[in-house]
Order: sequence, then C-alpha cells, then structure tokens
Amino acid sequence: MTQQQTAGGDVRLTGISKTYGSFTAVHPLDLTVPQGTFFALLGASGCGKTTTLRMIAGLEDATTGTVSLGGSDITDLPPYRRPVNTVFQSYALFPHLDVTENIAFGLRRRGVKSVKKQVGEMLDLVQLGDFARRRPHQLSGGQQQRVAVARALINHPQVLLLDEPLGALDLKLRRQMQLELKRIQTEVGITFIHVTHDQEEAMTMADTVAVMNGGRVEQLGAPADLYENPQTTFVANFLGTSNLIEAEVVSADTDVTVSAGGGTLRLPAGRCSAPTARGGRLLLGVRPEKLSLTRADEAGTIAAGRNRVTGRIVDSSFIGVSTQYVVESPAGKALQCYEQNVEHRTGLTPGAEVVLHWNPAHTFGLDAAQDIAAGVESVEDPA
Amino acid sequence: MSVTDAPPAPPASTGPQTRKPSTRKRLVPYWLLLPGILWLLVFFALPMVYQASTSVQTGSLEKGFEVTWHFRTYWDALADYYPQFVRSLLYAGTATVLCLLLGYPLAYLIAFKAGRARNLVLVLVIAPFFTSFLIRTLAWKTILADGGTVVDVLNTLHVLDVTSWLGWTEGDRVLATPMAVVCGLTYNFLPFMILPLYTSLERIDGRLHEAAGDLYATPATTFRKVTFPLSMPGVVSGTLLTFIPASGDYVNAELLGSTDTKMVGSVIQTQFLRVLDYPTAAALSFILMAVVLFAVTVYIRRSGTEDLV
Repeated sequence: MTQQQTAGGDVRLTGISKTYGSFTAVHPLDLTVPQGTFFALLGASGCGKTTTLRMIAGLEDATTGTVSLGGSDITDLPPYRRPVNTVFQSYALFPHLDVTENIAFGLRRRGVKSVKKQVGEMLDLVQLGDFARRRPHQLSGGQQQRVAVARALINHPQVLLLDEPLGALDLKLRRQMQLELKRIQTEVGITFIHVTHDQEEAMTMADTVAVMNGGRVEQLGAPADLYENPQTTFVANFLGTSNLIEAEVVSADTDVTVSAGGGTLRLPAGRCSAPTARGGRLLLGVRPEKLSLTRADEAGTIAAGRNRVTGRIVDSSFIGVSTQYVVESPAGKALQCYEQNVEHRTGLTPGAEVVLHWNPAHTFGLDAAQDIAAGVESVEDPA
Repeated sequence: MSVTDAPPAPPASTGPQTRKPSTRKRLVPYWLLLPGILWLLVFFALPMVYQASTSVQTGSLEKGFEVTWHFRTYWDALADYYPQFVRSLLYAGTATVLCLLLGYPLAYLIAFKAGRARNLVLVLVIAPFFTSFLIRTLAWKTILADGGTVVDVLNTLHVLDVTSWLGWTEGDRVLATPMAVVCGLTYNFLPFMILPLYTSLERIDGRLHEAAGDLYATPATTFRKVTFPLSMPGVVSGTLLTFIPASGDYVNAELLGSTDTKMVGSVIQTQFLRVLDYPTAAALSFILMAVVLFAVTVYIRRSGTEDLV
C-alpha cells in the first residue's frame, strides 16, 4: 500500500447545505479537508455532522453547494461512482456473506478477479486472519467493527468516511480501537473523516477537529488549539469544561482588564474574541485545571500578578488522580477547580473560604451575547 | 455496623430451601401442548392412519372393504392418472412462478417504497380473503367468459393467437383452457406469496443497501447481490405456501377448466365422492403427499436457506 494509490487531493465542500422541508440540517458550509489528514466532525446528535458526512459519501443529496475531491466535482455522482468509502455506525455488514466476502465485496464490484491476496493483507492489517470464514453474527462488536474498516479500506478510497464507528463499543474497547484506527490511518495515509459525539475521541485521534452545532461549524482547528482557545461558549463547554464568568471591560491594551464580582481580572488581548470597548460586556473563561486553590488565610502566599477570585467551597469530590472542587463566589455560582493530588491539603472542605488564582495567560474572552450554557449538557448525554 | 448485621449467612438447615422445582411446574409445558396434540391426533394422525389402511383395502361398497395389503392399487392409480399428476405439478409450478414474478415487485414496493401507504396496500393484498374462495373463483368464470371484455381485448391484440399456438388456450376461448386454470391458481394463491416475501424484505436493514452502493454496487447489482439473497427465506416460504396447496387444489380446475385440464385434486375428489372407489382415492392422496414432500425437500436443500437468520 503506497501513497501513490491514494494520491488525489483535498476534500472541498463549498456552500454545501441540506434542508428537509422547513428544517435545516446543515447550513451552507465551507470546509476543506487536506489530503492524508485525520479530520473529525464533532458535535452532539442532530448537529448535522452525519448529514455532512453522508453528503460527501453521496448517500444524501446536497440541497445547495458542491462537493469536490482533488479538484473534480463529485456532487452529482451516485455513491457507487465516488472514490470514497464509508464505515457505517452499525457496520452494515452483509449478514449472508462471510468475512472474506464482505471484505472482497467492493473489489468484486469493480471486476477484480483475484481478491485473495488483497483480502489476506487486509485481514492481517485488522488482525482478523483467523476469522476469514465466519459470518458477521459470529463476531464480537469489535471484530465486526474491524471487518467494516477492512471492507472499506481494501478499495483504497481517496477518503475514508467513518460515521460514529465506535459508538456501539464499550469504553475499554473504544479506547483500544481509537488507537488502532489511528495506527491504520498513519499506515495507509488515506484521508479519514470521522464523525463522533465523543470529544475525547475526536481530540485523541484527529489532526483537525471541526466542532459542529445546530448545522454550523462553530470552530475548526487542532485539538489543543480548540481546547486552549475556544471561540464560542459552545466550544468552551462542549470540549471539556470551562468556567465562564460574566465581566465588564475596564481597559484594554495588550492585556484586557475587566471587573467581575467586585474584583478585577486580566486576560491577554490576543485571546479575547469579544469586542473590548470600555464598558462592554464579555465572558471570561478559564479551564478548571488551570486554577489553583488557596485557603483565604494563606492568601498572602499567592504570587503577584495572578488573577484572583475569592469564594467558598460548596462541594468537593475526590477522584483519585485529582480532587474536583466547586467554589461559590461573587464572580460565579459554581466555579470548578481540579487540583492534582500532589500533596495532602488540609482545610479544603466544603464551607472553607478560599482564593482561586491562576495565570492570566490562561484566560480567554468570549462574546457575551452568546448563551453561557451552550453545549454544557451534551457531553455526557449524547442521546 | 457489627458483625452480626452482616448479610445473612446460608441457613444451617438447607432442607426446605433447596427443593427442586415442583412436579407441577415441570409438567406445565406438556399441559400447554396438550390441546394442540389432541387436536392433531384426532384430526390429523387418526385420519392419516385410516386413509393409509383404506389405500390397501379391497372390496366394494356393497360387500364392504377389508385390508388385504393390496399395494397394487398404488401402481394402478399412478398408471391411470399420471397425466393428471404431471398436469397438477405443471400448473402449480407455473402458477408459483407467476406468483413470484407478480408478487416480488409488489412486496418490494410495499417494503421499501410505499411509505405511509404501506398498511393500506397490505390490507388490499389481504382484501380478497373477505370474500369466499369459491365466489372469487366463480367471478373469474365471468371475467374470462366467452365473448367477454377480457377475451375480446386479448383477441384484438392477437394474444390469443399466440397462446392458442402454445396450447394454453383454444381458438378464441379462454375459459375451460389451461390458461384459465393457471390464472385462477395464480390469483387465488398470490397473497400467500406476497406476505412472506414482504416480511423478509421488510426485515432487511436499509443501511445494507447504502453499504452496497458505497462499495461500488449499482442499484441492479445491489439487488442481485444483497437484496435478493437476503429475501431468500421469503422466496422459499412463499413458493412453498403457493405450490403445496396449488398442487392439491381442485376448485380452480373444476370451475375454470374442462375435462382436459383436470388436476389430481379433482380426480381424488371424484374418486371419493362420485365413483366411491375409496382405496384408489386414498392411494392417490398418499402419492400426491409423497411427491410434494419429495419436491419440497429437494427444493429446500437446493435453495440452502438453513443458515439465513
């Protein structure tokens, strides 16, 4: 398997949209997936990510816009004429064919006579050599999933589309398959477009993640970039957890100074996506693991120049590697703070008066016009 | 919590706690089977034994019949009536193939394309059952009557010239010809083909069609390689439900046919009720049963549907 076979180019979506009657599943959207990358479409169910994928596969007609692959327009090609293959959510293996014939299906349709060698190679790639003659119903979920991947990959598609392929697997197997898929992608160098609602899955596997919400791409970027610099409240809340504090701009220079809950806080102007006119409102955000917690009577030990918020612990839960605290303060009712359990801390029990402090460089600013709670629930409840 | 509050340890006297399921409970399945078994015994097993003994009896109505193990009756019956046997299998086979050809597209339409009209179409498929089998067949007599609209149209289109040349019709007649009988059989057994076909088509996951399309199969190939193989259980049960009753049917041959289109069902009926030659009638029944059983066994073996879910 060499790069030449998959040479083709970028997937380019131009103004593509999908409406069902009066419902818009996908708003006109432009997206370019560079060749050979692992690209994830991430979002809660109903956000339009699967519809977008199906439009690339040709299983759904686009209402407007075009899909092009390596410069050629494939918008009007039926699925069986497109050089892309899909791994379906429930695998959709043919129940009347054994593993070998399932994998060979695409080759046979294109008139390849001797499929044995290629099928053998594929079985080795997905480590299913001993199961060649089994029927799909005789395989476990993880094995079926690998057959589905092999069945698609054997065709050397220019793009492999994966529609929540790990959704039906249990957590442990899912982690294992994530690594395996990533390994396969690196090995064969094909463009993967992976649809998932699992933010951890998207972040561990993908080179680039597009976060979708309500039929639109909210933000696109490398996982670390999305996590550190969310541009919208949805991204801030959907990818991990964020503390969002409503604040008012006091002054703006290289740092923006804001007032919130009676104190002043600072954030770098470069990390603020909201307008910073004096007196304007914005949402100040910081990730829970960036926060440190100090008892109020030891506040003097906190280094100068750090952002501080005073409050009271209302809840704490010990989860082994870290302890999660919920702090109530004038700036926010339920600020979350994750403290690594490096040393034994005393006095950090519910009811304790504390100071939350953090390096201002870890602070980001968002437009206050958005829903502060967007994307909060959907992480744990994708249904 | 003290130690004595721990979950109760197994009681020291294990006697009454570990008793086996009571005899009454173990007998429940048999009680449930009993009515069905009794029914089968009285209305199927006993008559079969009685028939079997009748088929090897000799005698006459006046002197009475007695078992003489006269197996020659089988040979004689077969020798006398083999044309009717061949004709029965031929007509039933043709009707089955016609049912499949007519029923498959309809079942496919109901399963995949009917949308909200699905239930309505299904009711329409079953609707003929609201009228008696006999009346519906008599209606066909009117439809196919000499000089009727159907015959006129077929005549004008010169279809009858072709069918007469093939020996299916005679001149400008349709009634009392093989074609009329096969038409009647096809019509009467069509729902028995459509319903199993529909059930097995409807069970096919639509995503398999998408997967086949995604793997370069044109719609036609998808049908050939995915849809049809997966509908085989429906094809098999549909053909059985059509072929078996059709091969023993005599109503269609009696009402729509002539003496030249008699099927084995009519012969058995005549022997039993008019000629009153019970041994021959019983022997014919057993031969028919054996032939059908054989044909069905071969068919199921050949179609290889055992390992389809």
